[in-house]
Amino acid sequence: MTAADALVWGAILVVGLGTFVLRFSFLYLESRDAGLPPGAERALRFVPPAILAALILPAIVRPAGTIVVLGNDRLIAGAFAALVAWWTEDILATILAGVGLLLVVQLAF
Amino acid sequence: MVLGQLVRSRIRYAAERQEMSTRDGKAWSMASPSPDFKAGVRDVAPTLPAVVSFGVVVGAASLAVGFSFIQAIGLSVFVFAGAAQLATVGLLGAGAPFVVVVVTALVINLRMVMYSAGLASYFRDEPVKWRVPIGYLLVDQAYVMAALKFDADSSVDRRSYYLGLGLPIWLTWVIGTAVGALLGSNLPGWVPLGFAAPMVFLALLVPAIRDRASGAAAAVGGLTALLGASLPLNLGLLVGAGAGVAAGLLFERWGMS
Repeated sequence: MTAADALVWGAILVVGLGTFVLRFSFLYLESRDAGLPPGAERALRFVPPAILAALILPAIVRPAGTIVVLGNDRLIAGAFAALVAWWTEDILATILAGVGLLLVVQLAF
Repeated sequence: MVLGQLVRSRIRYAAERQEMSTRDGKAWSMASPSPDFKAGVRDVAPTLPAVVSFGVVVGAASLAVGFSFIQAIGLSVFVFAGAAQLATVGLLGAGAPFVVVVVTALVINLRMVMYSAGLASYFRDEPVKWRVPIGYLLVDQAYVMAALKFDADSSVDRRSYYLGLGLPIWLTWVIGTAVGALLGSNLPGWVPLGFAAPMVFLALLVPAIRDRASGAAAAVGGLTALLGASLPLNLGLLVGAGAGVAAGLLFERWGMS
């Protein structure tokens, strides 16, 4: 194994193990009755909408670093997909609508 | 890789056996996976194209910086987190020091702690041996879909449903990585493969906004993450999530839900 290979595998294993520790953290702590403070469940209820929006908006509005509103292909496609998502509540339809419109907009302009 | 296969085969076997749980006294059934496991698979199925798509991006990126095929797959199996994998291969490709690579990837994955807390609240009665695979399979999508399902349906067998979500995601992710690693530079560059994942999150956002408080959480979370997107290590994401949760709590306290 070369030095570069050792570095790569070392990173894979350390990041992998560290990530598992993060994922396992509260699952383990709670099993030991050491985990969740009392108000936590009320707060956790808001994690899905907050994290979803936090994942979506930057990807659509500033994919390359600077905020772009006018002429932003992804914003147009994302807005359309949002309408489809709200109307159909269908995941596949939303993916196809968003990616499809983005392709069309990018290829046509 | 072997670890992943072992875990998967044990989980499949155990999922088929789970009918014998003494918790509800159901009869043995070794013939087929439980209905809730299948419900999870059914619910996650439409999101899998996005998982493949992102996996392909990650696999190709791994190869582009000089990873071998085995290393690319190994990264997907051991880390199993797209954004962190991209950061890892990018930094290794740029010759960053080991410590920088590790710290960056782990900070990017810090949101997993939040998900871990969420799952812990849903899996209070789960024995520790099951918490290990539950933890291993934890990704954004699995957490959100599980949380929404568990809040809506109190009778569902949570472990089975969650495994029904998580196992297909894992499998699809590894396959996607393999395809990306094999295609490498032969990928057509004009296909926006990275856009499918945000679209899945968008589709999931609709049922996640159930009232004004959760709407506020989304609005504040999204805008904060947008403003914080220039922060390093995806910290904008964490800050956004935190701000969104705080906004949701405030709206709820002010009785505006």
